[in-house]
Amino acid sequence: MKGLASILGALVAQFAVLSLLAIGGANTVVPEIHRNAVDVHHWMSDRDFANLFAIAQAAPGPNALITTLVGFKAAGIAGALVATIAFCLPAGLLVFVVIGVWDRIQQSPWRAAVQAGLGPVTVGLVAASAFLLTRAADRGIGLAAITLATAAISYFTRLNPLWALGAAAVLGASGLVH
Amino acid sequence: MIATASPTVPTPAPTLIQLYLGFAQISMSAFGGALPWARRVLVEDRGWLDSDDFTDTLALCQFLPGPNIINLSIAVGSRFRGPLGALCAFLGLMGAPVVLAIGLGALYGRYGQLEALRGMFAALGAAAAGLVITTAAKMAVPIVGRQPIVGIPVIAGGFIMAGLLRWPLPLVLAIIAPLSVGLAWRLRR
Repeated sequence: MKGLASILGALVAQFAVLSLLAIGGANTVVPEIHRNAVDVHHWMSDRDFANLFAIAQAAPGPNALITTLVGFKAAGIAGALVATIAFCLPAGLLVFVVIGVWDRIQQSPWRAAVQAGLGPVTVGLVAASAFLLTRAADRGIGLAAITLATAAISYFTRLNPLWALGAAAVLGASGLVH
Repeated sequence: MIATASPTVPTPAPTLIQLYLGFAQISMSAFGGALPWARRVLVEDRGWLDSDDFTDTLALCQFLPGPNIINLSIAVGSRFRGPLGALCAFLGLMGAPVVLAIGLGALYGRYGQLEALRGMFAALGAAAAGLVITTAAKMAVPIVGRQPIVGIPVIAGGFIMAGLLRWPLPLVLAIIAPLSVGLAWRLRR
């Protein structure tokens, strides 16, 4: 059994690097997190990782919570905090610096062009992730109906979407939808 | 309820506490992904950003490495209130979810069985996907309306490459971002 300090050190080294590699969000480095946690460090089994990933997706909050859960499994509460901070801090500092520069060049014509160009790229990527999430989630007609109904309600009404999520959770827990 | 404040009346910059609470509201609503809730809270509920500001800021956060919504909290917090604002928004976003995740992790470590919750997770995932569809549609509408010549082909291109073909994101960005920015530059007024 390795000492706590060496596990925490491994968590920091791993997640601080992944923070700066995660272009497009936490889910892009999940395969690498999996490889490190299961194959390299043997902090957990494959099945553990899959279940922790499901918890991170379903629990409220950003998907980056997978780092919290991996840290927790590896080294308890200290591990959870260290892994989360190591994953958020390097990228966060970079954003902080870039947004400051970005806002200082507000009048520049090339900033306007970059904005006008990147906006649709971002929308395309969000649309792509909507498609991939829908395809992964909708393994049956009932689940597809939930997706469609939630999209329609949240697009066309001002109803808080938590109602749709709550109704879906109840339907799912009752075993009525497949 | 009225969707947003009238555009002629600027919303006052949120205080540190408001930043904390706003991002806590995002994270505690965000079952199955935070992006739809980020847009709903920041643009529709609180009016801190208009739809274009939201898309622009998210674009920047998406191009920089790191978790997108966490980057967004730091960008929005620092824009309104500097380093402390960034810290408050970040803590609002991550504080409660981290505590909750540790609790769920402890339960998992103790019981190790999630079968009872599997049906619920599946249905929540399906509903969460529906929210992302709405978010994409709401982000697309103003862009397509204002700049269809850039907007339509670029949105379609990103969707096809990242969604249908499932190319890795750095490749998609390397192909489509220079084309899109170049096109926007040529069409600028």
